Amino acid sequence: MRLQLSPELQAFREEMRTFFTTQVPQEIREKVAAHRHVSKEEYVQAQRALNAAGLAVPHWPVEWGGRDWTPLQRHIWREEMQLAGVPEPLAFNTSMIGPVIAAFGNQEQKERFLAKTANLDIWWCQGFSEPDAGSDLASLRTTAVRDGDDWVVNGQKTWTTLGQHADWIFCLVRTDPTAEKKQRGISMLVFPMDTPGVTLRPIELIDGGREVNEVFFEDVRVPAENLIGEENRGWDYAKFLLGNERVGIARVGATKKMLAQAKEYAREITVDGRPLLEDPFMARRIAEVENELVALELTALRVVANSADGKPHPASSVLKLKGSELQQAATELLVDIAGPLSVASFAEEGSDVPDWARVATPHYLNYRKVSIYGGSNEVQRTIIAGTILGL
Amino acid sequence: MDFTFDSEQNDLREAVRGLLERTYSDSEARRKVAANDPGFDEKTWSRLAEMGLLGLPFAEEHGGMGAGPIEVAIVAEEIGRVIAPEPFIEAVVLAGGLIAAVGTDEQKAQLLSVIAEGTSVPAFAHAEIGTRWSPSASAVTATQAGDGWTLTGVKEPVPTGARADVLVVSAMVDGGTGLFVVQGDAAGLTRTGYRTHDGTRAANVRFDGTPATLLGTGGDQTAAIERALTEARIAYSHEAIGAMDTALRITAEYLKTRKQFGVTLNKFQALTFRAADMYVSLELARSTALWASMVQDAGGDVRSAADRTRLQTSRAGRHVGKEAIQLHGGIGVTAEYSVGHYTSRLTAIDHLLGDGDFAAARLARTVADRPTVDPLGAPYAV
Ligand SMILES: Cc1cc2nc3c(=O)[nH]c(=O)nc-3n(C[C@H](O)[C@H](O)[C@H](O)COP(=O)(O)OP(=O)(O)OC[C@H]3O[C@@H](n4cnc5c(N)ncnc54)[C@H](O)[C@@H]3O)c2cc1C
Repeated sequence: MRLQLSPELQAFREEMRTFFTTQVPQEIREKVAAHRHVSKEEYVQAQRALNAAGLAVPHWPVEWGGRDWTPLQRHIWREEMQLAGVPEPLAFNTSMIGPVIAAFGNQEQKERFLAKTANLDIWWCQGFSEPDAGSDLASLRTTAVRDGDDWVVNGQKTWTTLGQHADWIFCLVRTDPTAEKKQRGISMLVFPMDTPGVTLRPIELIDGGREVNEVFFEDVRVPAENLIGEENRGWDYAKFLLGNERVGIARVGATKKMLAQAKEYAREITVDGRPLLEDPFMARRIAEVENELVALELTALRVVANSADGKPHPASSVLKLKGSELQQAATELLVDIAGPLSVASFAEEGSDVPDWARVATPHYLNYRKVSIYGGSNEVQRTIIAGTILGL
Repeated sequence: MDFTFDSEQNDLREAVRGLLERTYSDSEARRKVAANDPGFDEKTWSRLAEMGLLGLPFAEEHGGMGAGPIEVAIVAEEIGRVIAPEPFIEAVVLAGGLIAAVGTDEQKAQLLSVIAEGTSVPAFAHAEIGTRWSPSASAVTATQAGDGWTLTGVKEPVPTGARADVLVVSAMVDGGTGLFVVQGDAAGLTRTGYRTHDGTRAANVRFDGTPATLLGTGGDQTAAIERALTEARIAYSHEAIGAMDTALRITAEYLKTRKQFGVTLNKFQALTFRAADMYVSLELARSTALWASMVQDAGGDVRSAADRTRLQTSRAGRHVGKEAIQLHGGIGVTAEYSVGHYTSRLTAIDHLLGDGDFAAARLARTVADRPTVDPLGAPYAV
């Protein structure tokens, strides 16, 4: 066992830290740190800066821009990015459809999509969930029927995050309704969002934001060449994709940053003349969350170090479960530190309430999502109970 | 950063596990041993000595193996796995550790090799009624008498205090807390041993002008005591990890076999989810315990690392221990069944040297000193 990072890894970490804090525009990083809305242009700008330096898709095959890093290097890369407030490369592109095309797409598709996906020339969105297919994703009903050289798609997707920015969608569709198991008979299709027959309707969330959408398909004609991999094997690709998604999901760096902010703000607010941070109960509460975060970070390091041949470690469900709980705990802490100021959520000019206190509650409400998407925490418990404890 | 054991460490683990599993093949074996004084198995103690484990952290010149905290952690976890009642942490890590840390060369030569050989079982008499987990002493006072010293006052509870042949005693001296060695047959020493809830033994130890020898060269030893307590806290965290691991494994097995309402219990999701949460608690605690031992090994800020793992392990121990009983139903609270014993031992570990609240309060006092905690290196400035 060894505690310290090797000198090479320390240098690597320093290199990442320097790059992220100097080469990604500060205004963008400040917005991320302040939990303010980041525009599409800013996302694109940030990802292109990373991609130009070979830092957008290090986990891809080398041939397509990957870096052949160890899992520990990837971990450090991700943590440093979060700590620096760099918008993470769009997950739909870099953790989801990119790796799927690289693994299962044909040569033509790889050449057509991968470079543009890494550079965010194409903005992808994920069309998996449907009104009646959430946790039970395999019960999805959107159909694709073969007609000559096209697939004709009908149905509805929902929860499509940032679909309003998207150029393309990757969809799970039912191509064989007669298959015995519902997991069979599902395929993965990709097509542009401006294909005739696609309509998008925003869904407003409890924080007032509109990051998710409903997407309707009415006789959408998709060329056959846009099928990824083999017909009726879409479920396998979805599992591969979701497994990738879970690895980076602990978001320790992001939570760490929030806790640091919590301390900073709790120092500025006084209670009976003393900084809130010195209130024993508050200090104790922060200390407990902080300690769980240390435990999570150490567990993430154990898991990444032991994830053999790129397969997610079974305990990666611990990371998703606890990672989401701690992200939520940190957002809740910020609301509680803001206290009465937290009600001034939508105050604009003319209000003296500091910005962080205004965004605290919307952020907290928005973050209820992290224990729901990407495999809800109940789904993670099912995985732990089933695959690890054998129950 | 590397959490894997090297091959020698793996061999050590296999060897200790083999020995302990042979002795404590089931909970009945452990119960039989715990039923009779001294609450552990003297034969097993000798076998541990033969394997070199009782001198594990001591220098080779004192009959030890010169091993580090990782090896100690491995043994402690294996002890916890079968909740072996042998006082490894109490005698070797705590009492032995203090002798190794502050004893004179002569004292080390005299006292450590016999511990390593298994012929001497020392105890650290430190806790006092009315104080909690303090590194200093106040209820026992030491008075200089000619060349030597005498002690007066009461220590309780002293783990293995009645069986021990040598006591390392903390006592108030001018300007602080000193450490002393008292022989088990010393005049003016009264020891009343009793059984503790976890099947081990503790004692009331009374000093009445009892002759004692200074351990080391005198002066205030509060820092050395704090250091020994810190190292023992880390070791106890590993013992707790071992105990939790078994408690969870037994519980998972039980859920798969126990039938109610015509199906095995693992068909009820409310129960499998609780088992999954036990696993989450255990793994997070395991990460901090391994890390704390690495910090100790590397000479880092061991005190706060110990607090961190105690906090995590205490919370996890309570969670896993209580749920293990609950998910067993009535059988979980019976003495014949093992799972309750695990919970009992976890509860004892939690309270011997400081529980989760104690650790959390200490961490809270330093929370303002740092923007972020970084187990790998420098904290990140916001
Ligand atoms: C903000 C946000 C963004 C999203 N973005 C996308 C996206 O871009 N693309 C996309 O395809 N999808 C997206 N999703 C969808 C997300 O993956 C689903 O919401 C998720 O799978 C849960 O499905 P559901 O909402 O239908 O809840 P349900 O599946 O109906 O679950 C309701 C509750 O029941 C629990 N539950 C369900 N089944 C079980 C069970 N077997 N055992 C125990 N508990 C169970 C759940 O955990 C949950 O607590 C997004 C969701 C949100 C909230």
